[in-house]
Amino acid sequence: MPEMNIDHVAHLARIELTDAEKQKIAAQLKDILAYVEKLNQLDVTGVEPTAHATPLHNVLRPDEAKPSGIDREQFLRNAPEHARDLFIMPKIVE
Amino acid sequence: MSLHALTIHELRRKLHTGEVSARQVTQSVLDRIAAVDSKVKGYLWLNAADALAQADAIDRSGAARNGKALAGVPVAIKDVINVAGQPCTCASKILQGYVSPYDAFVTKRLREAGAVLLGRTNMDEFAMGSSTENSSWGTTRNPWDLERIPGGSSGGSAAVVAADEAIAALGSDTGGSIRQPASLCGCVGLKPTYGLVSRFGLVAFASSLDQIGPFTKDVTDAAILLNVIAGHDAQDSTSVPRAVPDYTAVLGKDIKGLRIGLPKEYFIPGMDREVEACVRAAVAALAKRGAEIVEVSLPHTEYAVAVYYLIATAEASANLARFDGVRYGLRVRGEDVIDTYGKTRGQGFGPEVKRRIMLGTYALSAGYYDAYYVRAQKVRTLIRRDFEAAFKKCDVIATPTSPEVAFKAGEKSGDPLKMYLSDIFTISCNLAGNCGISVPCGFVRGLPVGLQILGDAFAEEKVLQVARAYEQVTNWYKERPRI
Repeated sequence: MPEMNIDHVAHLARIELTDAEKQKIAAQLKDILAYVEKLNQLDVTGVEPTAHATPLHNVLRPDEAKPSGIDREQFLRNAPEHARDLFIMPKIVE
Repeated sequence: MSLHALTIHELRRKLHTGEVSARQVTQSVLDRIAAVDSKVKGYLWLNAADALAQADAIDRSGAARNGKALAGVPVAIKDVINVAGQPCTCASKILQGYVSPYDAFVTKRLREAGAVLLGRTNMDEFAMGSSTENSSWGTTRNPWDLERIPGGSSGGSAAVVAADEAIAALGSDTGGSIRQPASLCGCVGLKPTYGLVSRFGLVAFASSLDQIGPFTKDVTDAAILLNVIAGHDAQDSTSVPRAVPDYTAVLGKDIKGLRIGLPKEYFIPGMDREVEACVRAAVAALAKRGAEIVEVSLPHTEYAVAVYYLIATAEASANLARFDGVRYGLRVRGEDVIDTYGKTRGQGFGPEVKRRIMLGTYALSAGYYDAYYVRAQKVRTLIRRDFEAAFKKCDVIATPTSPEVAFKAGEKSGDPLKMYLSDIFTISCNLAGNCGISVPCGFVRGLPVGLQILGDAFAEEKVLQVARAYEQVTNWYKERPRI
């Protein structure tokens, strides 16, 4: 089993971890990954993966705009920062 | 008997005839909460004035006299299901202060049926856990022994129903989060078939596994509540369009000749012997009522926990990406946008949520996707096939809900893997997309034990029929904790 690069995974997950957290999580995930190794005992050749259990495929609806019936202000109120009907967020491009 | 101690069907009779008002029932439940919730700690949020206002509106409307299914019945909601105007934090710091702008589908259905939406119940953060210890707002206590946990993740909903602090409650079940706490708290908990109840307005944990379901004091109430929340919803693309029967119609029906499967993989060394004895006695009671007991095998059971912890965490890592400090919740400012995401999520999420997002991210990352995620999905297929084969030999499957009774707070919180293994008997049902119920079947050392009855997809009627037949020969479900 390959060693997990905890910094790389934390970056992918966009979670800043303290050094203590990194150590602890790395050790715990090592145990968990060792446990899931048991899936390698099974021969899954030719077995189709199950992504979800419903018999539904390609559920479509007409692509029509409809009012939600909910005031925009109620959504904006939950934002950490908002102004003029917009969510305000940190600058992305210079 | 005080009103708060009654069931939905007992209260309904009184409400429909006008013997009691919705306000009286709601006040009785609020008084009970005031008396015991400082010990149980099942509620995260409660607004007594608002609950009474809802009750008054129901009284004025005459909904009870008109026979509305839940008119005047106070129901508690797990803090992961949106109720417009009430907070919805998923017991996470990252959603502190969030107020739902809209109703979940099930909430809308409850309102239409005349329920009083009491308040928000505690849970493991984002429904990740088996003890409610992962809540950011403190641990709920088991009403049977306040030093013990109520199970999880819907521990608050289970505890408040068991303690008569709500007539019924809603929870969500991704790997056992309704059935396991129902078992540990001594109430009834039903996980419907995937696709039967709309997930619209349920904050997503693992989208291919999550289902909303009821916590009640008996099986009849579970059927009543399922009648209200089941049904197709165009807002959830996994909601299955099919006719919903009246689930109460099968209650009391004879189970003579019905085949109950006992999977040998669910009676294993290492489980509590006394728990096993309770479950075997329950099966014997069903046999005595004329059910035929057949041995079945679910050979891939031992792989279910491993499959679950790869699939559920992978889905969670994608679902929880939305908590980035932009549209709602906490924002911790960093040097730039990426730094802001990292700091917000690093400080907003608790340890278990971080651990699972990390595991899921890893399982989906380049180079490991096939080895972990796709392999887990393939084994998920094998687990589904196990159930397909078993349900050719039997109508329902009976097992223990949990291999043990409620454990003490802190007993497992240091060892995530040990905690994960406590879901061993409930997880396969979610992976297969089937339904299951937990009903009280005895006590071990003063703590409740649950009998799990599993059914095929959309076989809720059979599950409820057998569960009700069991209630008719025992009185375990009538036991209430003394607090």
